[in-house]
Amino acid sequence: MASHSTSPPPAPPSTTSPDRRPRGARRSGAGGTLRNGRGDRITIALMLGVPALLVLGLVWLPALVTVVLSFTRWDGIGGWDTIEWTGVQNYVDAFTIYPPFQPALSNNLIWLVVLFTVPTVLGMFLAVLLDREMRGGAVYQSIFYMPVVLSLALIGFIWQLIYSRDQGLLNSFLAFAADAPPVDWFGDPDLNLYAVLVAAGWRHTGYIMLLYLAGLKAVDPSLREAAAIDGAGPVRTFTHVVFPALLPINLVVVVVTVIDALRAFDIVWVINRGRNGLELISALVTSNVIGEASRVGFGSALAVIMLLISVVFIVVYVATMLRGARR
Amino acid sequence: MSTSTTTPESPASEERTVRAETPRRRLRPGRVLLHLFLIGTALAWFFPVLWAVINSFRDYDHTAVHGYLSLGGFTLDNYTRAWEQGELPQYFLNSLIITVPAVLITLFLASCAAFVLSHHSRRFNLVMLAVFLAANLLPPQALLVPLFRMYTSIPLPYWISSSGSLYDSHLGIVLIHVAFQLGFCTFVLSNFMKAMPPSLLEAARIDGATVFQQYRRVVLPLCRPSLAALATLLVTWVYNDFFWALALLSSGDKLPVTTALQNLQGAFFLDYNLLSAGSILVALPTLVVFFLLQRHFVAGLTLGASKE
Amino acid sequence: MHHHDPGPPALRRRTLLRGLAGAGVLGVLPALGGCGTDPRNDPLRITMASNRAQELEAAGMAAVLESFRTGSDYTVELNTVERNAFQESINNYLQGTPDDVVAWFGGYRMRFFAERGLISDLSHLWEGPLKGSFSDGLERLCTGDDGKQYLVPDFSYPWAFFYRKSVFEEHGYEVPHTRAELLDLCERMREDGLDPIGYGNREGWPVMGTFDYLNLRVNGPEFHDQLLRGEASWESAEVREVFSAWAELLPFHQPDPLGRSFDEARLSLVQKECGMLLAGLFVSQSFPEGEEREDLDFFPFPEYDPAVGTSAVEAPTDGFMLSADPRNPEGADDLLTHLGSLESQELYADQDPQALPAHVDTDTDRFSDLDRKALELIDGADTITQFLDRDTRPDFAAVVAIPAFQRFLRRPDDIRELTSDLERQKRSIFG
Repeated sequence: MASHSTSPPPAPPSTTSPDRRPRGARRSGAGGTLRNGRGDRITIALMLGVPALLVLGLVWLPALVTVVLSFTRWDGIGGWDTIEWTGVQNYVDAFTIYPPFQPALSNNLIWLVVLFTVPTVLGMFLAVLLDREMRGGAVYQSIFYMPVVLSLALIGFIWQLIYSRDQGLLNSFLAFAADAPPVDWFGDPDLNLYAVLVAAGWRHTGYIMLLYLAGLKAVDPSLREAAAIDGAGPVRTFTHVVFPALLPINLVVVVVTVIDALRAFDIVWVINRGRNGLELISALVTSNVIGEASRVGFGSALAVIMLLISVVFIVVYVATMLRGARR
Repeated sequence: MSTSTTTPESPASEERTVRAETPRRRLRPGRVLLHLFLIGTALAWFFPVLWAVINSFRDYDHTAVHGYLSLGGFTLDNYTRAWEQGELPQYFLNSLIITVPAVLITLFLASCAAFVLSHHSRRFNLVMLAVFLAANLLPPQALLVPLFRMYTSIPLPYWISSSGSLYDSHLGIVLIHVAFQLGFCTFVLSNFMKAMPPSLLEAARIDGATVFQQYRRVVLPLCRPSLAALATLLVTWVYNDFFWALALLSSGDKLPVTTALQNLQGAFFLDYNLLSAGSILVALPTLVVFFLLQRHFVAGLTLGASKE
Repeated sequence: MHHHDPGPPALRRRTLLRGLAGAGVLGVLPALGGCGTDPRNDPLRITMASNRAQELEAAGMAAVLESFRTGSDYTVELNTVERNAFQESINNYLQGTPDDVVAWFGGYRMRFFAERGLISDLSHLWEGPLKGSFSDGLERLCTGDDGKQYLVPDFSYPWAFFYRKSVFEEHGYEVPHTRAELLDLCERMREDGLDPIGYGNREGWPVMGTFDYLNLRVNGPEFHDQLLRGEASWESAEVREVFSAWAELLPFHQPDPLGRSFDEARLSLVQKECGMLLAGLFVSQSFPEGEEREDLDFFPFPEYDPAVGTSAVEAPTDGFMLSADPRNPEGADDLLTHLGSLESQELYADQDPQALPAHVDTDTDRFSDLDRKALELIDGADTITQFLDRDTRPDFAAVVAIPAFQRFLRRPDDIRELTSDLERQKRSIFG
C-alpha cells in the first residue's frame, strides 16, 4: 500500500502528535496547494535521480558492458578498437579447455551445500537454544556472532595460524596428542576446500543464528503456549508451530546463503589465489581480469556465467522482498 | 499498515516480561546440559580469535624454537613492530577516509531515494526498488573491467585525486561502495518509511513544507533508529572490503587497512606472530563497533530480513 | 535554522544528523587531497613506484633515494607496493596513472609493455650517461623488439640450489654435479632424516623455478625460449622428458608443497629441516646477517645432459622503467641515470643481500663470498634466462602454467593429459 502519500484528503490535524510536527515548516505557509510545484518536482527528480544514476552508471552499465565484452578477445590494453569479436568462443573455451572451470563450478556448489547444511542448521539450532531467558544468553549470542564483523580476508589470516602445515596449531596438536603425521590442510586439494569452509562456516553460523533469532522473537508467543497446552513437546512445538512461522526468514536465509556462496572470494584469494582445490568462479574471474593475465574477454565470459547463476536467485529474492514491500 | 511502527524490540521485551512472571526454575539436568553445550560451543567459537591474540603476544624466536604449543616468550613487541613497520596508522587513516564518507553518502542518498519511492512516486516504485535491490547482489567481479576503464578515463582535479583520475583515488572507492550499498539501504528505508503514518506528511504539507523539508524535518528524524542500524552495518561492510581496494587502487599508501594486511604479509615474511598482531589490530575497529553498538548491529542485520 | 525552538526530539535528532554530516564533510575535505597548488607540476618532484617492499629491500631503496636527494634539488615520492600484488596489478597500473619511474624487470614482460606503448624509450640514456655501464648481455635483455632500450637494470639474482654449509659438513655431503649425483645426495639426505629439497608452492609461482631449470638442463636455453614464446609444442617429447625428470625428483622434495608458502620453505632451510632449496639469491634475506648468513652457500643446478651442459643460468634482472607519459621526464631521466650508476647500485646492494649490482665496474671486493660466487655464476653463463613468468605471456604464466604445474605436483603420473591440456590452452592464448 503505497498510496497514502498521494491520497487527496488531508488527514485531520488532530491525528498528528503536535510535538512531532516540524514547526519551522509553517513559516513558508502558502498552504497545501503548492505541493509538487516546479521546485518540488526538481527536488524529487534529484533525490531519486542521483542515487539511481549512481546505481545504473556504476553497477548496471558495467555489468552490461561485461556481457558485451564476453564475446570478444581483448587484453585490456589500448583503446576499444583493439577488441576482436570472437562470438561465443570464450564460453566454449571455458567449458572445454579451461581445467579450473569445472572444479570451480563444483566447488561453488559444494560451498553452497555445506553452508546450507552445517552452519544453517547449527545457526538455527543455536537460535532456538538461545531464544529464551537465560543466564549469560547475551554473552553466548555475542560470541557466536562476533565473527560476523570480521572480514573474510582477515578470517583467512586468523585460520592460517591454525591450519598451517608446519606451524599451525592443528598439526602441532595432532602430533602432540595422537602422534599423527602432519596434514596438509591448505594444500591437499581434497581437503582444503573443507578446511576453508570450516572457517567460512564459523562466520556464517553467527549470521544465520541472528536471522533466526529475529524471526523467533517475532513468532507469536500465544502459538507456543497453545501448543504447550496441547501437550506438545519442544521438538514437536518447533516442527509444527515455530518452523512454519519462520517461513519468510527461511527464504531470506536461502538467498543470503546462495549469494554468499557465489560471492565467496576474499578468503580463498588470501590463501592461494583460488587455485589447487580452492578454485571458485569469483577467483577465476579475478585472476583472468585483474591479475597479470588481462584476459578480459575470457574473464568476462566467466563473469557472465557467474552473473547468470546469481540472477536466478536475485530474481527470486527481489520478487519475494517486493511482494512483502507491496503488501 | 500504519500499525507496524512498533519498535523491533517490543516482541522481545514483551516475551521477557511474560517469562519473568514464571517463578525462577531450579537447576534441572536439561538446563545444565544446555549450558554445558553452549559453553563448549562458545569456547570453540571464541578460540580462533583467542589463539590469534595469544600468538600476537609471543616472541617469534621463542615459538620458532619451542613450537606454538609451548609456554613463555611473551612480548608486546609484535604490536609495536606491526604498528610502526607495517605503517598501520597510514592504512587506518585510509580506511577512515573511505569508510566515513561512504557510509554518510550512502545513508543520505538511500534515504532520499527511499523517501521519493515511498511517498512521491508510484510509477517507478517497484521497478526502481528492484533495480536498486538487485544491484546490491550482483557479483562485484562482473563489473570490474568496464568499471576500471571508466575510472581511468574520468579525470579529476588534483585536490580530489592525486592520481588525476577516479582510478587510484579514495573518491572512486567511496563511489563504488555507495553505488553498491544503496540498494539494500534504499530498500530497508523505503519499507520503514512506508510504515509511517501518512498523516505526518500531510500535516507538513498543509503547513507548506517543500518536499525536501518534509524529508528533512519529518521523515529523516523518524528514521533515526534505522539509520543508526544501517550505519553500523555499513561501517563494518565498507571497512571489511577487500576486493574493490585491491582492484581500483594502485598506490600502496592509499590502501585501506583490510587490503593492506595482505601486502604486509608479503613484506613481513612468515612471522605468524607479527601477522597475528597485525590481524588483531585490523580487527579491533570492527570489534569495538560491534561491542559498543551491538544492539544497532543486530537490528541492522535483521532489518532486511524481517518484514513488518 | 530554527534553533529558537529547542526541546522537541525531532530537532535534536536533526542537529545530531547535521553534526554528523558536518563532521563527515570536515573529515573528507582535507583527506581527499590538500587544497592549493598542484604539486604534479612541480618541476622538482619525481614520482616513483617500487615493488621492493621487504624490509631490506625498502632499506636499500631508501639509501639510494637519499643519495639522489643529497646530490640534487629533486624530491622523490616513492610508492611501494608488495611484490606479488605489484606484479598482479602491473597491467592496470601502467594503463591507469603510473608514476614517472617504475620498478620492473627485464625479459618478455618488459618487451610486451614496450610494444604496447605503456613504457618509454630509454635509449638516450643508454647512449648517453649510461653508455658502457652494462654488459652486452644485459643490454640485450633491456632491449625491446624495436631495438631500443626500455629498462635501466640495477641488479640480478641467480637461482640455484641453496644449502647450509654446516649441514653439508656435518653429514659429509658433497656438491652434486650430475643428475646421478643429485639423486644420490637426495637419497643420502633422506636416510639422514632430512627433507632433501625444500618445497613451498602455495603461491604458485615458485614451482616455475623447478620446471625452468629442468627444461634448461634437459633441453637447453634455445628450447626454453621457443617453448615460452609459444613456438614449440607442450606435447613434444622434450617437454614430456622435463616432466618425467621432475617426477623422478619429486619424491625427494618436502611433502605437501601446495600447502606451504615459499617463505615457510625458506624457514625450513634456515632451521635445517631440509637439505637444500631451489631458490633465488633472495633466500639470503631470510638469514640473519653474520654467522647465519655466512653459513649459506649454493651450487648450480647439476648437469642432466652433457650435450646441453650447465652453462645456462636463470638469473632474473630487476631494474627501472620510465612510464609512457611521465609528468617530469627530465627529473625522471636524472633519477634513472642515478639508479644506473655504480654508486647507487652498490648502496642498494649494501642493504639488500640478494642484490648483485648490474653495473660492469662493480667492485667485487665489497662482496660477501656468497655474492662473489653468485656473480661468478652469472658471469660464467653463456645464456641468462629470466624466469618462466618473465619470459612468457603473463596470461599464460598465471592462468595456465601455474595451475598445470600445481596439478602435476598432485598427480605426477598423468603427464600425457597434462601436456595436451597445456598445449590446447597455449594455442587459445597465443592465438
